Amino acid sequence: MSLLKVENISKSYSEHQALSDVSMDIPEKTIFGLLGPNGAGKTTLIRIINQIIEADQGAILFDGSPLNLDHIRNIGYLPEERGLYKKMKVGEQLVYLGQLRGLSMKEASKRGKAWCQKLEIMDWWGKKIEDLSKGMAQKIQFIATVMHEPKLIILDEPFSGFDPVNANLIKDEILELREKGATIIFSTHRMESVEQLCDHVAMIHKSEKILDGSKVEIKEKFRDGSYIVEFKEGEIKTGAGYEVISTEEIGRGLKRSLIQYSAEGNPNELLKQLIGQVEIHSFVERIPSMNDIFISLVKGENPELAEA
Amino acid sequence: MNKIFLVIQREFMSRVKKKSFLLATILVPLIFPAVIGGMVYLAIQNEKNKETEVVQVLDESGLLSFEDSDRYSYKSVEGSLESAKDEFSKSEDFALIYIPDFDIDKPEGVVFYAKTSPGVNLVDRFENNIEAQIRDIKLTRSGLTEEQLDQLKTYVRIDSFNITETGDEKKSDAGFTFGIGYVMGFLIYIFLFAYGAQVMQGVIEEKNSKIVEVIVSTVRPFHMMIGKVVGVASVGIFQFLIWMILMSVISFAGMSAFGLSIDPMESSQMMQQADEASAVQANEKVQEIMTIIRDIPITQIVLLFVFYFLGGYMLYGALFAAVGSAVDTPADAQQFMMPIMMPIIVGLMGLFMFVFNDPHGSVSFWLSVIPFTSPIVMMGRIGFGVPAWEIALSMVTLVGGFIFTLWLAGRIYRIGILMHGAKVNYKVLAKWLMQKN
Repeated sequence: MSLLKVENISKSYSEHQALSDVSMDIPEKTIFGLLGPNGAGKTTLIRIINQIIEADQGAILFDGSPLNLDHIRNIGYLPEERGLYKKMKVGEQLVYLGQLRGLSMKEASKRGKAWCQKLEIMDWWGKKIEDLSKGMAQKIQFIATVMHEPKLIILDEPFSGFDPVNANLIKDEILELREKGATIIFSTHRMESVEQLCDHVAMIHKSEKILDGSKVEIKEKFRDGSYIVEFKEGEIKTGAGYEVISTEEIGRGLKRSLIQYSAEGNPNELLKQLIGQVEIHSFVERIPSMNDIFISLVKGENPELAEA
Repeated sequence: MNKIFLVIQREFMSRVKKKSFLLATILVPLIFPAVIGGMVYLAIQNEKNKETEVVQVLDESGLLSFEDSDRYSYKSVEGSLESAKDEFSKSEDFALIYIPDFDIDKPEGVVFYAKTSPGVNLVDRFENNIEAQIRDIKLTRSGLTEEQLDQLKTYVRIDSFNITETGDEKKSDAGFTFGIGYVMGFLIYIFLFAYGAQVMQGVIEEKNSKIVEVIVSTVRPFHMMIGKVVGVASVGIFQFLIWMILMSVISFAGMSAFGLSIDPMESSQMMQQADEASAVQANEKVQEIMTIIRDIPITQIVLLFVFYFLGGYMLYGALFAAVGSAVDTPADAQQFMMPIMMPIIVGLMGLFMFVFNDPHGSVSFWLSVIPFTSPIVMMGRIGFGVPAWEIALSMVTLVGGFIFTLWLAGRIYRIGILMHGAKVNYKVLAKWLMQKN
């Protein structure tokens, strides 16, 4: 069941094509990674979902019905370019932003306080934003994004500006929100957080969607059948069905080789051949990281970048 | 709708709670009358303390004579002009008038010497004086007696009344209506700039603090802009009302302190109590002024003021908001301020150059109908009595005007607030205007 269906969305700004015929399904109760290099069109898509701008073509279905202003109540949005009213107090600010998302004043105040307690910033309720550190302001922004318990939460680079401790805190909150049934669209350049958090991933490059699917599927698809072998004594030589890409010393008399085998082949066959040659200490398939996939896709699409 | 109200509420509260608002709200009604009172006091003192100035007269014709007044006493001097000028420059005296031996039919060559350049009025005064004397001489020459001359002198005082459509007569006073027009027109001018700049400031702040994107994901940009414009306007109205109340309390207290009253019954009692004739006369004058003040349609003027303030402010506030949305810093805003400020200044200039000279002329009419100048000019004209249909026309065009500028500004605002670091010029603004959402 998908919470959000993006159907054939196109958008252009005068001469510049920002999105061309982009479709994707965002499954319910998942963390959906929206990736792509700068200027690919992610922000445009996110703004269209938030109804800040309108698509030229295509439709968006939220929970089965065409996206409309009533859905604002069910969406939480943390933009990349974000801030708060500097002269306003934390409490006033949360109540105001909660009310804008459709909460009553009383409810907004209650939930705002509960969240501040949870994130241990209740002492700051009566302080002005300009007196807060950047990390604290980020927490307030996070609370404002999720306090109305939206079905869909859109986070654009949520961890920028957080120290590792607070980044972890927020990461746990995001996972908890998913447990409670929220769907999260997560846009970032930090591939290690995609690795840790995302269930599904879509990638936009040069206004087009070039990748879409569950993280497991994508990794399966991008397996290239290469293996990392650590061994002692001797040398692995390229043989039938496999090729040694590189070998390096890693200390304690150990060497590590990257071996290109086939993605379909049985690793036992490869292992049998290697056992005859060297003393094997470790044998592991090299699963491509999201980072590798991202870079290979962007560079593959963009030969000039690859040369640089 | 509900959300516009939330935005208005926030704009209102965040401004009203500021210390600067409290300070301005309390101090202005105290300082304003104090400054005016102080200036009046100084002017009176100045007038009182003026010593009689000595004017030397070198009359070679021997035809003219000058009577001493409170301000000037005249001293005849003899000799040549050169020696008189010499003497004069050494003396403490105020001026020297040189009258040559002139032909009565062609009076020429009168010269006025002073140590400082005299005001236009002063020279005028001496011109009138000499002209009158020459006229008298000519009349005597044609055979009139002194008595007949005296009889010829007539003094007329014109009392002016306004007749309203219902036929009531009201005593009018050009000085008062002028004053009202001046104050009202000028207040609108100041308010347009002060509150318009606040809107622009607010938009730039929102853009800089990057709160904008969070807000526009919950509220339409156009609604956000309307909320901001109306929010600031309500601050203005609120402040104006407080000022009105404070000022009337202060002026009421002030008047009772001076024993003046707007109530005619009470005043006539006061007049009866007064014994001396001169006191009665003085009181009559005061009473007259009070009647004029009472006859000024205060309620009408206040209501029209609120309307024209709101209308003019909406018109310009929207444009100020659009400028704020297009730029990143107040310094960048300068380039777009000119076309907004021009019509406001034209309105004020029109008020001084046309309305006060000819309040019902065609320039005054058009300036008070064109929405970009009407708030200032119409308020300036209002004291002179403007036909109802003109007010109605002017109101309709003003409403039409601000609906147009709100629409125009909204088109620019929705794109501008999401743009950071873009280089914006008029061409870019035109592109935003046409751009689809």
